Amino acid sequence: MDAPQASPAPRPASPAEPPRAIVELEGIGMEFRHHPVLRDVSIAVPKGQTLCVIGESGCGKTVLLKLMIGLLRPTRGSVRFDGNDLGSLDSYELNQVRLRFGFLFQMAALFDSLSIYDNVAFGPREHRLYNETMLRRVVLDRLREVGLPPGIEAKKPAELSGGQRKRVGLARALATDPEVMLYDEPTTGLDPIMSDVINELILQTQRTKHTTGIVVTHDMKTVTKVADRVVMLYPLSRLRPDEPQVLYDGPPDALEDHPDPRVRQFVRGEAGERLSELSQGRG
Amino acid sequence: MDATAAPDASASPGPPTARRADSGPAPASNPAPASGPRPKGQAPGPPPRPPEDSPVRKLGEQFFDAVAEVGNLAVFSGLTLMWLVRRRPRWSTLVPNFYVIGVKSMPVVAVTGTFIGMVLAVQAHRQFEAMGMETRLGSVINISLVKELGPVLAATMLAGRVGSAMAAELGTMRVTEQVDALDVLGANPIAYLAVPRLLACVLLIPLLTLMADFMGIIGGAVVSTQMLGVDSYHYWAHSRAFVGGLDIFAGVFKSYFFGAAIALISCHRGFNCSAGAEGVGKAATEAFVTSFVAILFLDFCLGLMWNKVYVAIWPNSGTLI
Repeated sequence: MDAPQASPAPRPASPAEPPRAIVELEGIGMEFRHHPVLRDVSIAVPKGQTLCVIGESGCGKTVLLKLMIGLLRPTRGSVRFDGNDLGSLDSYELNQVRLRFGFLFQMAALFDSLSIYDNVAFGPREHRLYNETMLRRVVLDRLREVGLPPGIEAKKPAELSGGQRKRVGLARALATDPEVMLYDEPTTGLDPIMSDVINELILQTQRTKHTTGIVVTHDMKTVTKVADRVVMLYPLSRLRPDEPQVLYDGPPDALEDHPDPRVRQFVRGEAGERLSELSQGRG
Repeated sequence: MDATAAPDASASPGPPTARRADSGPAPASNPAPASGPRPKGQAPGPPPRPPEDSPVRKLGEQFFDAVAEVGNLAVFSGLTLMWLVRRRPRWSTLVPNFYVIGVKSMPVVAVTGTFIGMVLAVQAHRQFEAMGMETRLGSVINISLVKELGPVLAATMLAGRVGSAMAAELGTMRVTEQVDALDVLGANPIAYLAVPRLLACVLLIPLLTLMADFMGIIGGAVVSTQMLGVDSYHYWAHSRAFVGGLDIFAGVFKSYFFGAAIALISCHRGFNCSAGAEGVGKAATEAFVTSFVAILFLDFCLGLMWNKVYVAIWPNSGTLI
């Protein structure tokens, strides 16, 4: 065995050095009851980057997001946040890691039994971040930042429209000042204008709070508007065993002219032969 | 990470998919003989596996699924008890559950208890009258109520009214990702959702049981003495002679177990609810059916145990149940 070497003194990061990855997935495999969803997926997300994960329904995008925050454990491989393997953390440590994440759920996942105020205050209260006076200010600030009118905090989630619920979900996710924001199909089910409002809010969050963003979406408008980088996953059921599941990993502007026809088909939203394949049970 | 956070992930340990693919039926061109002479020099291969759709295989899978389900419930119960000790639930989560489980169950438990007492009186009166023992009606009605029917009926009503609702509510929260949202926001879903419900059920079911007992005793007494003409003095005298504090305690003691079983089973079904409206409905139905079976099973076991303890303490006394 080699003799231990003296560790070099830390040196300041040079501009040429790539930014440190805050979220890293390494060789991730995931299956549910013998049904594989992800196979050998490796992605590293540098601090400050906005990554869009795209792909057809059922390709494992949401599973990927839930693996990043430790809601699911991978069948194979490891998930690291800021260098810490999530699989090796106990529940307290995992809780502390989750404090550094914000998660906007697909259908907002607001707590029906609580008021909007209590929904947004939930995270800071659980982590005991502020006293009640300070908390009130934070909650009202977050609701104002996402463009919700004063007085909405007294309502229940059932009284809100889809766009309002989504924005309350975003306000709730931002209430703990997270370093990484995870967005699960943020524009699904919204009209085009409200979709663009959400896209603007994602950009605004990235600009003003300097968060790292990971956006799972089908919406190519969201991709072109917010992404610094795009990863495209493909459903395992449509792949050969030797093919990688990540079909594309690069900037959004190179997607349109990618040599792989499957990438171009998704980006252009073309059905191709898919309908006949589906009717033959090969979808 | 707790067990509930990734039910699918935890439910999927086992051989890789490739191994399962290998375990299918042998190709038709090279069938593996199940019996018959094996050519000389050929090594014995693995025994043929039943095909994917064979009834034996399905039965086996169902058996293992049932065993896994029981294990899953045991782990869930252990985690709930651990969180009960580890973190005191907040009043803001306890009070609404106490109200829904305790206060809102009172009318239905009171009505059920009253009618059971009245029905017992009507059904038993003719038998006792034939033997000229109708004044002893009170002892039979009241001992049946406080030791068996009061606790079992209060628990059944709680399982029907509250257990199904708990499973449906938690199932909806699971399906709409509210349970995941709790996890993400730093609240353990078991500590936040299951522990207050368990506490409310365990602490309030004895009171509901006592209320069912009381209403049943009143109902039985009114029917016996006012409608069936049983002498009031003897009715109560025999009741006092046969029903003691220990009998009431036996019923209340059992109810703690019934309450815990209802809460744990219903919360477990809710947490493991499958997707969609059908999944939520199924969880609610399963919560009631499983709770009801558990109540009867526990009633039998606790009844046996109680009799053994009673006989051990008072060897010369008999027991009615």
